[in-house]
Amino acid sequence: MPKKGNPPLQGELLQGTLDLLILKTLALGPAHGHTIAHVIERRSDAVLQVEHGSLYPALHRLEDREWIASFWGTSENNRRARYYRLTPAGRKRLVEQEGRWDDLVRAIGRVLRPAPEEK
Amino acid sequence: MSWTRFFRRRRWDEERARELQSYLEMETDENVARGLPPEEARDAARRKLGEPLRIREEIYLMNTLSLVDSLWQDLRYGARVLRLNPGFAAVAILSLALGVGANSAIFQLLDAVRLRLLPVEDPRALAEVRIATPAARTGMFNGRYPSLTNPLWEQVRDRAEGFSSLAAWGSARFDLAQGGEARYAEAIWVSGGFFHTLGAKPARGRLLAGEDDRRGCATPAVVISHAFWQREMGGAAEAVGRTIHLDGHPFPVLGVTEPGFFGVEPGRRFDVAVPLCAEPILLGARTRLDMRYAWFLSVLGRLRPGWTVDRASAQLSTISPGIFEATLAPRYGPEDAKKYRGFRLTALSAGTGLSRLREDYEAPLWALLATTSLVLLIACANLANIMLARASAREREIAVRLAIGASRGRIVRQLLAESLLLAVAGAAAGALLARWLSAAMVAFLSSDANRLFVDLRPDGRVLAFMTGLALLTCVLFGLAPALRATDVAPGAAMKAGGRGLTARRERFGLRRTLVVAQMALSLVLVVGALLFVNTLRNLRLADAGFQPEGILVASADFQRAGLAKERHAAMHRSVLDAVRALPGVEAAAEAAIVPMSGSGWNNRIVIDGKAQENYSNFNQVSPGYFEVTRTTLVSGRDFDERDDRSSTPVAIVSRSFVKKYLAGRDPLRASFQIEEPPGAPRPMYQIVGVVEDTKVRRMREEFAPLAYLAAAQSADPDPGLDVLVRGKGAAAWSLRPDVTRAITAIHPQISLTFDTITSQVQRTLLPERLMATLSGYFGALAGLIAAIGLYGVMSYLVARRRNEIGIRMALGADRAAVVRMVMRESGFLLAAGVVVGTALAMAAARAASTMLFGITPGDPVTFVKAAATLAMVAAVASYLPAERAARVDPVLALRDE
Repeated sequence: MPKKGNPPLQGELLQGTLDLLILKTLALGPAHGHTIAHVIERRSDAVLQVEHGSLYPALHRLEDREWIASFWGTSENNRRARYYRLTPAGRKRLVEQEGRWDDLVRAIGRVLRPAPEEK
Repeated sequence: MSWTRFFRRRRWDEERARELQSYLEMETDENVARGLPPEEARDAARRKLGEPLRIREEIYLMNTLSLVDSLWQDLRYGARVLRLNPGFAAVAILSLALGVGANSAIFQLLDAVRLRLLPVEDPRALAEVRIATPAARTGMFNGRYPSLTNPLWEQVRDRAEGFSSLAAWGSARFDLAQGGEARYAEAIWVSGGFFHTLGAKPARGRLLAGEDDRRGCATPAVVISHAFWQREMGGAAEAVGRTIHLDGHPFPVLGVTEPGFFGVEPGRRFDVAVPLCAEPILLGARTRLDMRYAWFLSVLGRLRPGWTVDRASAQLSTISPGIFEATLAPRYGPEDAKKYRGFRLTALSAGTGLSRLREDYEAPLWALLATTSLVLLIACANLANIMLARASAREREIAVRLAIGASRGRIVRQLLAESLLLAVAGAAAGALLARWLSAAMVAFLSSDANRLFVDLRPDGRVLAFMTGLALLTCVLFGLAPALRATDVAPGAAMKAGGRGLTARRERFGLRRTLVVAQMALSLVLVVGALLFVNTLRNLRLADAGFQPEGILVASADFQRAGLAKERHAAMHRSVLDAVRALPGVEAAAEAAIVPMSGSGWNNRIVIDGKAQENYSNFNQVSPGYFEVTRTTLVSGRDFDERDDRSSTPVAIVSRSFVKKYLAGRDPLRASFQIEEPPGAPRPMYQIVGVVEDTKVRRMREEFAPLAYLAAAQSADPDPGLDVLVRGKGAAAWSLRPDVTRAITAIHPQISLTFDTITSQVQRTLLPERLMATLSGYFGALAGLIAAIGLYGVMSYLVARRRNEIGIRMALGADRAAVVRMVMRESGFLLAAGVVVGTALAMAAARAASTMLFGITPGDPVTFVKAAATLAMVAAVASYLPAERAARVDPVLALRDE
C-alpha cells in the first residue's frame, strides 16, 4: 500500500473514534469484520491503519451496548462470516457521535488556526 | 457486562474463534487473489490480524467479572492442591473443626441464655418493673424471681403510665398426682394480662385474658403449654375443656400456647399457667395476695409507643412514694418501715428475659469461651506452622511463578484461597460438632429436678460468629505463611535448591515463634484446667461440717389430706416414727431447711435485749438430726422428748454462733431471742447444746452462725415435712419403696418426692463441674496440638540440618550428643514458652479468681505441675525427631550434599 506524507496512524485512534468509524461503516449496510476493516482502511486512504485484530474487541463492545447486532451469513466468496448490522439505537448513537465529532474538529481547528481578529 | 455473558463466556469464546478464523480465510483468499503463494498469503493475513489468542483473551476478559473469576480459579486450584495432600487436609480440617466446634458450642449456649431476645412479639419494647434496691427488702421470698408483692403489683398495674400493658408472673410447682409419689408440674402464676403483654397466641382454645383474673374468681381455668399438652395428653384435640388436678384441686383447661412459647425465662419451660386469682384456692389461708411482705411476683410491661425505658422509669419513680406508703406492711418495725418508704420503682429493659441460668452460667460460659478461643489460636498457630513447612517445600514452584511474572499479590491470594478452603471446611465440620457438643452440655447441666430447655437452633448471630471464626482462622494461619512464602528473590530460591540460605534461618524464626506461642498458650490452658479441677476437688472434699453421703431426703406433703391445723404436729410425729421403725433405717429426723437444697432462713438475733448486727442462719429440726447428718455435738445435749410445746423453748447453736455472739460466755447458760416485728411474741430460747459448724446452702460458703430450734416446739407446723433418712449400710436411695409404703400407710393422700443430699450438692456444683470437665478436655487438647506442633518443627529442623549433623558425626560426635543437641533446642523453645505462658496464665487466673475455691490464682504448685506436664509432652514430641537425627548415617548425609 502506498504511503505518502505522514506515516499511518497506528494505535493512536482516539478512544471512541474507532466505534464511530465502525458505526458509520455499518450505516451503509450489514458487513462482516473483514469488510469493515478494509472499508475503514480504504476510505481513509490508508491513514487510519487499524490493526485488524483490535477491531474485534471494539465490535464486541458495541454489540454489548446493543448499538450493533450480529448474525452469521455467507460472504461474497462463499465463506461463513459473522455479519454486523446497525440497530436503531446504534443509528441514533451514530448521529450523536457525528455531531460531536464535527464540534470537536471545529474546536480543534479554531485552536490551531485562529481566525484573524477583526479590528 | 451482563451476567448471562459471564456464565456463557466459553460459548462466546468459541464464536469469536470462528469469527477470527473466517477473517483469516477471507484475508488469505484476497492475498492469494493478489498473487501471493498460499503460505505467504496465510502469514500476511496473520500479521494483519495480530495474535488471535490475544484478541480472544481481550474479549474474554470483557466478558468476565475478573475478581469472581480469579477467585474461583484460585479456589479450584486450591482444592486440587488439597486433594493431592489428603493427610494434610484432614489434619488441618480436624484441628480447625475441634477449635471452631468448641467455640461455637459455647457461643451457642451464651447466645441462647444471654444474648438472644425473647421469642415474643417485639421483645425490645418489654421492660421489667422492680425496686431499684432489691437487696434492702425484708419479708418472705418465694419463687425464682421474687421482685414485688401482690399489693405492689396492683398499685403498679393501676398507676404506671409508660406501659400499654403490664403483666405479673411468679414461679410455682404443683403436684399433678392424686396420691402416692408426687409428680410435679412446673407452673407459673400469671396475671390476666400476661399473654396479651407478650403477644402470645393460642395453639388451641384461648389464652387467659384480663377478665379471667378477677379477685375472688370462683372457677378459674388454666392454660397449658404445648409441650405439656403433647406429653400429658398426647396432643389430644379435645384437651380444651378437660380438667387437670393441681395439688388436688380441679381446673379446666382453657387453651394451649404455641410450641415456641416458654414465657420470659430462657432455659425454663412452664407446664401450666394459673391465674393469680386462683392463688387463694390453691394456698388456702396462706394466700399471699394481701400479704404486703410476701415477695413472689415479677412484673413485666410493654412500653407505650413513644415511651422509652428511662421515661417509664422516671414516671414510676414519681409515683413510688405514694405506692409504698399505700402498701406499707403494718408488721414492719419503724426501721423497716422507713426503709420501705424510701424504695423507688424502676424499669429495666427486659428484651432478653430473665434467667437464673444466666446468673449461674454467664461467668463460666465467658471463661469457657476464652478457653476455647485459646484452643483455636493454638490450632491456628499449628496450622500456620504446617503451612510454612508446605510453603518452603513449594518454594521452587513459587519462585518459578514469580520469575515468569506472577505478581506477589496474586500468589498470596492463591495461597490464601487454599487456607480459605480449609477454614470453611473446618468451620462447617465445627458447626456439626458444635450442635452435638452444645446439646451434650445442656444435657450435662439438666437434671430431673431442674429441667433446662435451651433453644439451640442457630440464629443469625451464631452463624455470623461461625463465619467470622472461619475467616479469622483463615487469616490467622494463612496470611503470614503466604506473605513469607512469596517474600523470596526468585533467582536466589531457584539457585539454592533449598538448602543452607541465611534467609531461611530467618524464616525459620517465625516457626520457632509459633511453637513458643503454642507452648505459652497451652500452659495457660493447662494451668486453668488444673485450677478448675482443683477447685472442684476442693469443693467436693470441703468440710461441710456434716456427712452428706448416704442421706435420703423424703419430702412428704399432706396438704391434700386436708387435715385440721391442730393435727399437723401429730402427723409430723407419726411420719417420723413410721420411718424410724423401718428395719433398714439407722436414723431419721426432720429438718425445715435441708442442707445444700438451696433454701435458707436467716434473721437477726437479740441477746440481752440488744439486736445483733449480723444475721444468723436458722433451722428447725427434730431429735436425731445430728445423728443423721453426723454432725458432732461439742457440748450439751441433743433435742429430746422433753422439748415440746409446753416446755421452755430450747436451741442448739453452732460453734461460729458461740464465737460471734457469745464470746467469753458459757453458751449452755446463755439464751437469745429472734428479732420479730413489734407486737409479735419473742420467745427466749435457752441454749442446750453446741454443735460443729455446718454449711447451709453451698459448699463455697464460709461457716456462719447457725441456730437450730426444736421442730416439736414449732407453733405452726407445715402440712408437710422433709425427712432426712440415713440407712444402715450405704444404700439410702434403695429405701424409697419402704419409706413410701410406711408413709402412705399413715394416710393415702400424702404425696412424696425423694432426693439425696449428695445429688443436691452435685447440683450446686454443676457450674464448677462444667468448668473442670471442659477446661480439662480443652487443656488436654491444647497440649496435644502443641505437641504435634513441636514435633513438626523439630522434625523439620532435623531434616534441615541433616548434613550438618552428618558432619558432626563424621567429626566424632556420638549419638547421645546429637540427641542432646536436638533436645536442647526443643528445651529452649519450651522454656521460652513456659516463661511467656506463666505471665499470661497469671493474668488469666487472676481474672478468673472469683470462680476458684481453696486455691489461689498464683498457686505455685499448680504452675510447676503445669510446666512439668508440658515439659513431659514436649520431651516425647522432640525425642522422636532427636532419635531420628541420631540415626543419620554421616556417609549418606554427606553424599547427598
